[in-house]
Amino acid sequence: MLRLPKFEYLAPKTLSEATKMLADHGPDAMAVAGGTDVYPKMKRRQFLPKLLIGLRHLNELKGVQGNAHSGLVIKAGTSLTEVSNHPMVRESYPGLATATGVISTPILRNMGTIGGNLCLDTRCNYYDQTHHWRAAIGWCMKAPGPKGWAIAPERAPEKGDIPCRVAPGSPRCWAVSSTDSAPMFIALDAKVKLMSRAGERLIPVRELYRDDGMFYLNKRHEELLTEIHLPPASGVKSTYWKLRRRGSFDFPVLGVAVTLRQAPDGRVERAKIVLGGVGSHPMEMPQAAQLLMGQKITPDVLDAVAQAVFQPARPLDNTDYHLFYRKRMAAVYVKRALTELASM
Amino acid sequence: MARTKDFSVIGKPLPRVDAWAKCTGRAQYADDLSLPRMAYGKLLPSIYPHALIQHIDISQAERLSGVLAVITGESLPVKYGIMPSTQDETALAVGKVRYVGEPVAAVAAIDEDIAEEALSLIHVEYEPLKPIMSIEEAVTVKEPRIHDYGPEGNIHKLVSLEFGDVDAGFAEADHVREDVFFYQGNTHLPMEQHSALAQWNPAEEKLTLWSSTQTAHYVHRALARVLQLPEHKIRVIAPPVGGGFGGKDDPFSHEICAAKLSMITGRPIKITLTREEVFYAHRGRHPVLMWVKTGVKKNGKITAMHFKSFLDGGAYGSYGIASTYYTGALQTITYKIPAYRFQGMRVFTNKPPSGPKRGHGTPQPRYAVELHMDKLAQDLKIDPITLRLRNLTGPNHMTVNWLKITSNGLKKCVKKVVAASGWKDKYRKLPLGKGVGFACSTYICGAGLPIYWNDMPHSEVQIKIDRTGTVTAFSGAIDIGQGSDTVLATVIAEVLGLYPQDIKLVTADTDLTPIDLGSYSSRVTMMMGNAAYEAAMKARKLIFKAASEKLGVPVKNLVAKERRIFDREDPKRALSFAEAARLAETRFGLIGAVGSYKPPKKMGNYKGSGVGPSPAYSFSACVAQVDCDSETGAVRVEKIWLAHDIGRAINPILVEGQIEGSVYMALGEVLMEEQIFRKNLHKIPSLLDYKSLTFKEMPPVESILIETDEPRGPFGAKEAGQGPLNPVIPAVANAVYNALGIRIEEIPITPEKVLKALEEKAKGKLARVGPDGIPDYKFPDPIKVEPPEEWKQEHPPVSQAAEKVG
Repeated sequence: MLRLPKFEYLAPKTLSEATKMLADHGPDAMAVAGGTDVYPKMKRRQFLPKLLIGLRHLNELKGVQGNAHSGLVIKAGTSLTEVSNHPMVRESYPGLATATGVISTPILRNMGTIGGNLCLDTRCNYYDQTHHWRAAIGWCMKAPGPKGWAIAPERAPEKGDIPCRVAPGSPRCWAVSSTDSAPMFIALDAKVKLMSRAGERLIPVRELYRDDGMFYLNKRHEELLTEIHLPPASGVKSTYWKLRRRGSFDFPVLGVAVTLRQAPDGRVERAKIVLGGVGSHPMEMPQAAQLLMGQKITPDVLDAVAQAVFQPARPLDNTDYHLFYRKRMAAVYVKRALTELASM
Repeated sequence: MARTKDFSVIGKPLPRVDAWAKCTGRAQYADDLSLPRMAYGKLLPSIYPHALIQHIDISQAERLSGVLAVITGESLPVKYGIMPSTQDETALAVGKVRYVGEPVAAVAAIDEDIAEEALSLIHVEYEPLKPIMSIEEAVTVKEPRIHDYGPEGNIHKLVSLEFGDVDAGFAEADHVREDVFFYQGNTHLPMEQHSALAQWNPAEEKLTLWSSTQTAHYVHRALARVLQLPEHKIRVIAPPVGGGFGGKDDPFSHEICAAKLSMITGRPIKITLTREEVFYAHRGRHPVLMWVKTGVKKNGKITAMHFKSFLDGGAYGSYGIASTYYTGALQTITYKIPAYRFQGMRVFTNKPPSGPKRGHGTPQPRYAVELHMDKLAQDLKIDPITLRLRNLTGPNHMTVNWLKITSNGLKKCVKKVVAASGWKDKYRKLPLGKGVGFACSTYICGAGLPIYWNDMPHSEVQIKIDRTGTVTAFSGAIDIGQGSDTVLATVIAEVLGLYPQDIKLVTADTDLTPIDLGSYSSRVTMMMGNAAYEAAMKARKLIFKAASEKLGVPVKNLVAKERRIFDREDPKRALSFAEAARLAETRFGLIGAVGSYKPPKKMGNYKGSGVGPSPAYSFSACVAQVDCDSETGAVRVEKIWLAHDIGRAINPILVEGQIEGSVYMALGEVLMEEQIFRKNLHKIPSLLDYKSLTFKEMPPVESILIETDEPRGPFGAKEAGQGPLNPVIPAVANAVYNALGIRIEEIPITPEKVLKALEEKAKGKLARVGPDGIPDYKFPDPIKVEPPEEWKQEHPPVSQAAEKVG
């Protein structure tokens, strides 16, 4: 089996101790909760932290509070299984129950946390390979091999120094946002709380992400993602459709999160469509959603919306399935998601 | 062989003898083993697909604290290979690397971390050569050559054979069609990664190797050859193996390196491959490009077939010569083909070596022929089942290429599976998107010839019975999960009137057990089973003799059953088995008996006639039902019905397990599995990215066992390990055609291909995705082989036969 590199492990007793440790140790340290993304990547030498700060045992980071009327607060260390099975999530935010319930496998959902899924490293099938494989094909800017480890922008290799393998002329990295929960949280207008020793801030989930495969989070290194705040459900229907080769294990190569509120006569009052798995960040589709506003959901409207989604989706050839297929499926899945919600 | 249908344990759904150990985690697999002072080995993989090795500097690695030894190809220069005629491998690359991942150096260190660090300190200078990555390239690019042997350029093997008069057969046909198909390569994906633990005893100069192998005997021979040790100084033990499927049939680099490193360091050395290394060790399904041309009469009767195959062999020979012949050998076992021409070619490419995977060389032609048959049926406007029934071989049939079929339940398989699946109510009657597909197939029950030429038995079993009534069986057969231990115990238990769990087993240990050639070619039940039957019968004779004297009952009246020996006519006149054993030991001394099995002599006398003959053939028929989404191209298999001619099920649970496992593996191959390469290296060498089915995609399987009481099989049994895989792949492809009217003529059938074919169909073009053609290559003129007399008598020239059908 692949071996973990050597590292030190710190187990803070409180959240504030954890933020202090993170600040003290700088970019050599990484936080780890469920470890389902961090440890395999360390084994493949994609992450080489000298120090891990374990969050797994912190009760401050666990649990779901609130209700559908006031909104929910989900603590970041809550397991994906718990989020997906939580009665209030299932009742009032069914799209979130679906999105978190289709991540990887049951065993990994028991280990993995909701905060971890939001911070999931972007993926690329030139990058998510062993050290030997990447040595054979040539290093890429996100995993520059002997040159180090791209943990933070200040440690980035020099521009153009090491190329992107999927788009060799590109100055940026095109690794793919592969979190199932982020598109759903964005479609639900959720916010995340980021905490550091210096204080805390609450930002919309969509502002957590950057369109950059390497530095994909608007989170400072010393910040910890501690909570997710869901607004009141207030009649908003939600669903999540995931494209992948198999019904388990696989990351999304397309995720479609849709939220919808309809007037009693069926006219759409609010709509959000967010795609995952097609770019380096979750992609909102405001033009497509706009086409729904004030409309009843008819086949013509669905066709127009599907077309509006098809145009901007720009996948690259660095995941499973052919990129044109994924682009084409974006339109099909959006249609199916809307049809499902309209029939509820 | 005594035949009675009144069996005690044969045919009963008893639990496997190893079920408890495996379900509770007590079974010790190779990587579970640990010895005092054990150290760890690791292999340095090549990062080039094709390159000359200029220089290897191991000095830095050797100096690392904790490193015990570092070796390179120079330490193990002797070539080996599973086939005697293609000894083209070395344990570590010598002078040249031929694929990314090929082992170049090996280290031993006190722990795995140090071993891994040591690998990073080995500096290899390469001079890259042009890599050759496809069949087409290998046929046309003569230089550089990957190997310096083979007929020319990068061609490894050429076969050109003709049985009967093919041109005359085509001339007699009312209709002739040609098709081209491609079968993508894929790999075995055993749950257990290969692992080997070697222990050198310097005082006795003796080596012991525990290895997750399917072929301990062949590993034994390869170790003796490469390490230049006498065979009696080597002991190879195969612990329970966590799945093989043909992926552990060859001697491997890590086995030889572990042994060599143990000899150098004097410490036990374990090497367990990473999952990525398992993908590179490979020996998986050959990608095969195929062309088939068949002539038929109006009634569907085949008059002649011409079949061409082009196999992508990867970087080494492995079983490739046999694989090449297997792509052509068994076509005549399923259908009566009066005249048959086979031309095959295997090429070298800079990929991990292809080899034997479940079905070895036969799933590819089966896929081609069964789609081709469906298309012929359509051309002739004959129902596809009817077309097959008109061409099926029967029992006691000699084929045009000298293969002897004994029992044959294929017709019954077809009828049963058609009835069980409700075919007649479904074929062409389901709504658009849903469909059913059909295919049939055959497989060998053990290769008729051993891998290396000799005239000795293929399997031998020894039985010891002592005064406690304890029966111990010794066999070289290896349980790789298929249940050979259970078969061994069940056969002996039936003869001696005991239960399978009563039989103590000592297996797969070259010091303690007699020879069995290995768990490959679906040979173990047939060959080990027959050897065990013979040994058990000999032992029973002694027990019965002693019991007869004590009870005053003639031997012919004695029955062994339920741990007792008793009078058939007066069952109260009885002894317990243990009492009888005690009496027998008193009378004869230690009760010991041996049995051996050698397959019947091969019939044909032409070059290549060694591949195809088998003591018996199994047959399968399959119906697949699919639900296709024409918007996404997704194909969901709803159900599989599979009827298999097993001869007799020694244990029906094991047979059903083999059928379900075969269906699972086949569905992976037809729907998603691909050993694919990008920029000259394996694109997806991980369990996450190399897609195989999960429980979510696995449909219900209805297994139907057909018993034909094979005269050459132990208690009438035949194989189940490989044959049931073969018909599933074409059945699914044919079902997709039935569902959507599209032909996907290269597997896997991915959603992208389905959509592409649907687009072509919508444009009014040929609704097909598949290869455009085969390389423009002129095979040597075929060697003409006269069909056997037996065949000629059974089959007068086609024109006369056609008159009879009228």
